[in-house]
Amino acid sequence: MTPANSLKKKNSIVSQFVALTQKQLFIPVAALLCLIIFNLIADPSFFAIKLGHNSDGQPILSGYLITILDYGSELAILAIGMTLVTAASGGQDISVGAAIAIAGSVILKVLCGDNSRPDHMQAPIIVAFLVACVVAMLFGAFNGSLVAFFKIQPMVATLILFTAGRSIAAWINNNELPIIAEPEFSYFGTFIPGIPIPTPVFIAVACMIVIFLVLKFTNLGLYSQAVGINPNSSRLNGINPAVVKLITYVILGLCVAVVGLIKVSRISTINYSVIAKDIEMDAILAVALGGNSLGGGKFNMPASIMGAYIIQFLTTTLYKFNVLSSALPAYKAVVVIILVILSAPVVRERLASFKKSRSAKNSVKEVA
Amino acid sequence: MENTEVLQMRGICKYFPGVNALQNVDFTLRSGEIHALMGENGAGKSTLIKVLTGVYVKDGGTILIRKNTSDEAMPDFEEAHIRSPQDAQNSGISTVYQEIALCPNLSVAENMFIGRSGAFTNWADMNKKTGEILKQLDIPATPRQQLGSCSIAVQQMVAIARAVDMKCRVLILDEPTSSLDEQEVEKLFKLMRDLKKKNVGIIFVTHFLDQVYEVCDRITVLRDGTLVGEYVIEDLPRVKLVSKMLGKDLDDVADIKGDSDVGPVDKTQTPVLEAHKLVSNAGIKPFDFNIYSGEVNGFTGLLGSGRSECVRAIFGADKVLGGTVNVKGKHVRIKKPIDAMKNGIGYLPEDRKLDGIVADLSVRDNIILALQVMKGFFRPFSKAKAEAMAQEYIALLDIKTASSDTPIGQLSGGNQQKVILARWLLTNPDFLILDEPTRGIDIGTKIEIQKLALKLASEGKSVTFISSEIDEMLRTCSRLIVMRDRKVVGELTGDDLTRNKVMATIAGGEET
Repeated sequence: MTPANSLKKKNSIVSQFVALTQKQLFIPVAALLCLIIFNLIADPSFFAIKLGHNSDGQPILSGYLITILDYGSELAILAIGMTLVTAASGGQDISVGAAIAIAGSVILKVLCGDNSRPDHMQAPIIVAFLVACVVAMLFGAFNGSLVAFFKIQPMVATLILFTAGRSIAAWINNNELPIIAEPEFSYFGTFIPGIPIPTPVFIAVACMIVIFLVLKFTNLGLYSQAVGINPNSSRLNGINPAVVKLITYVILGLCVAVVGLIKVSRISTINYSVIAKDIEMDAILAVALGGNSLGGGKFNMPASIMGAYIIQFLTTTLYKFNVLSSALPAYKAVVVIILVILSAPVVRERLASFKKSRSAKNSVKEVA
Repeated sequence: MENTEVLQMRGICKYFPGVNALQNVDFTLRSGEIHALMGENGAGKSTLIKVLTGVYVKDGGTILIRKNTSDEAMPDFEEAHIRSPQDAQNSGISTVYQEIALCPNLSVAENMFIGRSGAFTNWADMNKKTGEILKQLDIPATPRQQLGSCSIAVQQMVAIARAVDMKCRVLILDEPTSSLDEQEVEKLFKLMRDLKKKNVGIIFVTHFLDQVYEVCDRITVLRDGTLVGEYVIEDLPRVKLVSKMLGKDLDDVADIKGDSDVGPVDKTQTPVLEAHKLVSNAGIKPFDFNIYSGEVNGFTGLLGSGRSECVRAIFGADKVLGGTVNVKGKHVRIKKPIDAMKNGIGYLPEDRKLDGIVADLSVRDNIILALQVMKGFFRPFSKAKAEAMAQEYIALLDIKTASSDTPIGQLSGGNQQKVILARWLLTNPDFLILDEPTRGIDIGTKIEIQKLALKLASEGKSVTFISSEIDEMLRTCSRLIVMRDRKVVGELTGDDLTRNKVMATIAGGEET
């Protein structure tokens, strides 16, 4: 191989790499790789998965990766709804944490009835879950109508429920902390006997399949993107932008109910002020990490879901290295700043122009 | 001394990539006059204003402003180097734009003094001064009143008062009347006449001919970036003004019989669409409209005369306040665009960027959008079907795009317009409304679109065509509905379809 040829080859690799950085999935994949490499170097035992037994003698898988899949699933479910809300309304719902508290509280209320420590559940779990779905979707519709019909900025509109949600959740159960004694209830947040993989993973996969089918067999994707990009044009093509926005908030409500079930099932009770605290920020970050514009418009659902698991990967990595839980947000913030700057359009344009000047230089070299 | 020149612009040039926006334009403004700046879209009015106000930096020519001396005997001018709006203000040039650039949530006095008082404000003094100015100019507002609570006209006046108070000698009013009703316009004109007496030179940009003839002393006409001429208002009757703006002399009678092969329209049949006393919230007077199968008709009139508002009312794009609509003899209610679409109506909007394209979506999604919405939320086209339809129309209309996956925003204007056309052709409408389909696109595509309109008519469809170019209208339409000042003022068919007749009807008032 002549030197000129090898130089050419090297340059084409560089320009291919730069082209790769323009892809939407580049940021999440690169972030994931960085985290994996960091952990491999720091302590490869991070990736160890052990098959053990819990106190009931049932087989369970444990290890950091399992934790990531387990808790990342909650985030992934929320990211699905948050992606749609962001696309259609060009803003985010910051009340999801508070709404999860409400949904969880409703489930416990239906299961416990008037007695906060019942020996037996007063209703089937499916009934409790469906009631929670309806309630969460109603709150979603409330947020959605503020945004769609009253044209309030999404963050401001959802600030109302963000502030009031946890009080409403506590009020639903008269500020008592109901406890469910029956083990079946804990299956949704932990393990089903005999299956060593955490149940939330299956629930998340089910949600992903549902949203995939919805996006395939309805026009939800086309409508929400069109409305987010150009509401005027959408209206002139017969779409009702307000209704589309409302629908995305209702869908997010449904996601909230699912996560609410997982959350209360994990501990078979609820702590109104702590449950799903700050989860809205992680859900929004998941959307951003996926390379989706927080200003609305085009979205990539798999990228958002991937973003959710990466956020959880980061959180778990930090826990592993004994970062105090109170200091966790600060560490997270640093990483997030880097990621968000890298995915900012300004930086991407710079990268693109870097690529251009590079290829221009190469052609000059070849002429020489 | 009356009528001394305060502003001279000599040989102003401004280039944009590929366009000569202004070529060697002269403009002179005298103190104590109201001077109308007229021209159709793209004539260079707003570019000239922007050069004068420092929004654009000129590429050639000089701007001379009279020195601020009391010595009237010496007409000495100094050259003004205007590179920013701040420079313009320091030279005594103030502008009031169409959209009021004030803060509605601040008080009237705060708006008058915002950005002028430095770090500290003497509130009492500010309110007192504002009170005096308001009284002096007879503006019905109080200093402490929140600006947003005033009517649009009063807000407009406050903006003018602010400009005048900054010791301006040149006041530019850019379309100040477009959002005012008749009484408000009267109030504004009174204020303008008062300012005129105070020796302020006013440049008045408007599309309303009646208003020009009501308040102005002189008219400067621009066309295609060049100066047509400056006229004293008495010397330039309306019809002449319109012909100067459009660049067609009245005597210049050319062949206007179109090269269309559309046969005569059978008027005995039921109209495809018939509207009676239709009125929307966009400020148009109630109008009647009908169109027959195989007919191409059009709305004509100057920009802002209400052409688009009429078709938007038919399509349900604006809120319809009254009137009845029959489609093929059947009474229908069109409250929103989807109702119109289901009745076989398509609408290509005037503003392609704002109302037409969905910029980040692919060409394919943009083409199928309207048909997809009509088909329903739960019945999306398969990817293969969507791709096949997109490819068919990309080929049919010769749309130049890298692929059907390319975001439409990356296409040229003409190709974007073809995509929007494809979108509506795909819905196979009985009645297609084309609002300025050829604006800002190259001549080749223009002719293709005109031919397409005629082809649709020969296939028995109905087309309503709107264009600012009279020639284009005469070539395509067999019937013209003429609008002036948001009112239908005439309908021309057959032998009346001549440039002269159209221009005379657009101008109204006197006939030559």
